Amino acid sequence: MQTLNIFAAQWVAPTIDYFGLAPELVLAGGLCLVLMLDLFIDERKKWMLTAITSFTLLAAMVPVLMLALSETEVRTMFDGRYVVDNFSLVMKAVFLLAGYVVVLLSSSHIEEGEYWRGEYWFLLLTSLLGMLMMASSRDLVSIFVALEFLSIPAYMLAAWRKRDPKSNEAGVKYFLLGVFASAVMLYGMSLMYGVANSTLLTEIGAKITATGEFSAVHALAVVFVVVGFAFKVSAVPFHTWAPDTYEGAPTPVTAFLSVASKAAGFVALVVLLYTAFPLAQDIWQPFIWVLSALTMTIGNVLALKQHNIVRMIAYSSISQGGFVLMPLAVAGLAGSGTTALRSVVLYMIVYAATNLGVFAIILAVANKTRSGEISSYGGLFSYAPTLGVLMTLFLASLAGIPPLGGWIAKFVAFQSLIQSQSTWGYALAFVGAVNSVVAFGYYGNVMREIWMRPVPDSDTTLISVPGSLKLALVITAGATLVFGILPGVGLQFADLAEIAGAIIR
Amino acid sequence: MNMLQENNWLLSVGTFLPLLGVVVLLLTPKASDQMVKLVALVTSIATLAVGVYTALKFDFDQAEKLQFVADAKWISVIKSSYLIGVDGISLPLYLLSMIITLLVVIYSLDHVPSPGKPKAFFSLLLVLQTGMAGTFIAQDLILFFVFFELVLLPMFFLIGVWGGEQRQYASIKFFLYTMFGSALMLVAFLALFFKTGAESFSIPYLIENGGSIAKNIQIWIFAGMFVGFAVKVPMFPFHTWLPDAHTQAPTQGSVILAAILLKLGTYGFVRIALPILPDAAREWAPYIGGLAVIGIIYGALGCLAQTDMKRLIAFSSVAHMGFVMLGISTLTSFGVNAAMFGMVAHGLITGMLFFIAGSVKERYHTLEISKLGGMLTAMPRLGWIFGFCAMASLGLPGLAGFWGEFPAILSAYNPAEGLNETVFRVFMVIAALGTVLAAAYLLWMFQRIAFGTAKNSSSHDHSHSDDLHDVTTFEWIAWTPLLLGILVLGILPNLLFSVFDPAVQITLSAFGG
Repeated sequence: MQTLNIFAAQWVAPTIDYFGLAPELVLAGGLCLVLMLDLFIDERKKWMLTAITSFTLLAAMVPVLMLALSETEVRTMFDGRYVVDNFSLVMKAVFLLAGYVVVLLSSSHIEEGEYWRGEYWFLLLTSLLGMLMMASSRDLVSIFVALEFLSIPAYMLAAWRKRDPKSNEAGVKYFLLGVFASAVMLYGMSLMYGVANSTLLTEIGAKITATGEFSAVHALAVVFVVVGFAFKVSAVPFHTWAPDTYEGAPTPVTAFLSVASKAAGFVALVVLLYTAFPLAQDIWQPFIWVLSALTMTIGNVLALKQHNIVRMIAYSSISQGGFVLMPLAVAGLAGSGTTALRSVVLYMIVYAATNLGVFAIILAVANKTRSGEISSYGGLFSYAPTLGVLMTLFLASLAGIPPLGGWIAKFVAFQSLIQSQSTWGYALAFVGAVNSVVAFGYYGNVMREIWMRPVPDSDTTLISVPGSLKLALVITAGATLVFGILPGVGLQFADLAEIAGAIIR
Repeated sequence: MNMLQENNWLLSVGTFLPLLGVVVLLLTPKASDQMVKLVALVTSIATLAVGVYTALKFDFDQAEKLQFVADAKWISVIKSSYLIGVDGISLPLYLLSMIITLLVVIYSLDHVPSPGKPKAFFSLLLVLQTGMAGTFIAQDLILFFVFFELVLLPMFFLIGVWGGEQRQYASIKFFLYTMFGSALMLVAFLALFFKTGAESFSIPYLIENGGSIAKNIQIWIFAGMFVGFAVKVPMFPFHTWLPDAHTQAPTQGSVILAAILLKLGTYGFVRIALPILPDAAREWAPYIGGLAVIGIIYGALGCLAQTDMKRLIAFSSVAHMGFVMLGISTLTSFGVNAAMFGMVAHGLITGMLFFIAGSVKERYHTLEISKLGGMLTAMPRLGWIFGFCAMASLGLPGLAGFWGEFPAILSAYNPAEGLNETVFRVFMVIAALGTVLAAAYLLWMFQRIAFGTAKNSSSHDHSHSDDLHDVTTFEWIAWTPLLLGILVLGILPNLLFSVFDPAVQITLSAFGG
């Protein structure tokens, strides 16, 4: 008891940089407000919750922008366990904006049917809060907490249509495999703590740097942690949950999972690779090389066979994940570190804009056709030309065709591979080049339905697009075009992103 | 390399003006079909006017220099800039693209193919024009790549929506082939960038520094570019998309494809692959020449086997582009000049042949050669125009086709230093045989279609007999410039050669002239 008192006396509350935490605090405040209001307000006034949610997300952007413009480049808290640097700010902005678009996608969708709006918004905000924390976490424990914080609400969101067996299946699969992945990761983290005697990433990095030699335990720890995140970003062969979850979950939730949740996984992976085990590249580089090649190839091949649009987009997003991983396979080589980081960040920015756009169209079209079949897009151009053209642009961007956003993301990924001037880099670039062609097989198939096939049942009733979806389409299409025609805009943000304390340069 | 920067707004305006037309079209949701056609026509006339003004301002005494050069920041992070300019090599092709687009627009005024939708059709034509013109003015590899790819989607939809019965298959095939080529091309561009010290993607810079790359690496980089450009040309064995795409495309699509899109590939060889990687070009030249003559013979034999008029013309493109590539593979200024001339001539002649095929299809409702016949008696003017173009295509002296084909064959007699003379002389003989075959298939086609008694379908289907009308006004307006071009360039080839030659000399300086 006495010793405890001594400890208590010695304990000094850590100084908290409230400005640095402002985005998270705004979000936390907003989600509490949503939860409270939901209890008290009348059912007819529930639309206010939607407004509050979107307002919260936009309000949280304000401190992010102010932090980005402030003099202090890097703010660290808790002995470097929580860091606000440019990388985390860029990613936080991506999460918040993606979250805002997801709100726009959801708002009309959840107003119909038996949905619990208050809880939906609450869980969405909670998950986003976890993502913001993830972007700043630089410690094994805070990474793990952030990961659970963002995942657990996502499990529930996936099972949101609780009377629909498919939605239940989606939630359960996501939950079981997610928990399994967490367990694997946690095991890897515990090994890492055992080896390095610290949970702080930079210290782990320093320990491994100091010896420069790796025992089996190091390798096991690194591989387990990477495997854990491979589940999160649905890299092959750890992807099996994704298609079922994406198909079963409510479509706006799928959009959220395939963009924001995936990006969060990549953020953590990149932070770990760059700060915790940069010099273990001999272990993770080949591993990521294989993951990347498998992910894009198998994702592509399976996407070719799909008849359901959401399932196809699920496999397409698996395959896109392979392209994000691509530059990381050479990130440890001299000179490639910076470009690889830039490439990952840019890819996530562009991919977020484009893929959310695809989901906006899917939601708009499903309003009319009530079908998820790709064939239901037949003749879309003839009766809804704007939607048809926009979908074409989004798909072309995903396929990486200039002058749409996707091309610069793929280009920068290839660039960093070739910059490494290593055989592995060239080989993966070749695999990627072939895959980007194969991918057009299924993107082109949807375009073909839209432009060249007859309308099924000759049902050409006009599609009424709700205002929120229109706004979402304007934002995503604008971003997709701007990133493609003036790639400097996106690259500028991606180039700023530098992980404080990263050893790889 | 010094550059001239006066009037450097001209090229950007000429290239992006069509997009302005597209924006106008998109912003007028309830435009009538007449209105749409008017906007497209005005836009393409204005574009050509800017192009002609550019040509007037062009300093032909310094055709070897890049002119109207504009250099603006674009993607500074990856060291790519908006660097554009034209010299004697690109100017004629740049103008040709504008002329062809205008003529195609005029032709389309009363020939919008089924299923209609003129707004989308003309918008795609205009986007296509921006892509084509941009490719010819880009002096930065990344900019070149973006424009090179920009033509893909519009063409994909032109074939896929407005094409023939197999249009969906043909359009996907076209797209996948080209995209595969350009993916490898992009990887090659990146490798080139890093091997020259990661300084710049600008073509003039790379021409200065590309030669210093080790030869074995050059060979690999060249391989990537080769696939990208050869698919587009198309060279044997990458040509299989072409007959399908041409046959299924609407007339307008075929014309643009033949007249301009194929040239993007050969232009890429002359502008990028040869001058930047001279050592690799020397190693690759015999293989390129070999594939070129295989293409000549294969294309000609393919023509002889065709029963469909449009497919026959498509295969003849493979053969003609074989002559162009043979000229390029000699690495001599003589050969490349011939190749450049061949590109323009092929654009005029084959473009014209596809126009005729379109009109035949419209009148006879078939392109099966066995069902056609007696065109000269039924429609004498169309028949004579067809005959004129067939003669030009087989390389009759006095018409434009001759000046692309004959010098290309001749240049193979004396290839650049360091290339095996015997091999190229064998190529020359084979290519010369190819011209005989060309005469055979073209004359045979002409004979079967134009001679004999009129076999129109009126005997069993009266409603069609009215369709056999002679050349219409719109067709006259669209065709006359091409016909005149074929004749004038045939009589005065020096008009073009004198523009090409200085630039070609400079481009090939690494090969000793």
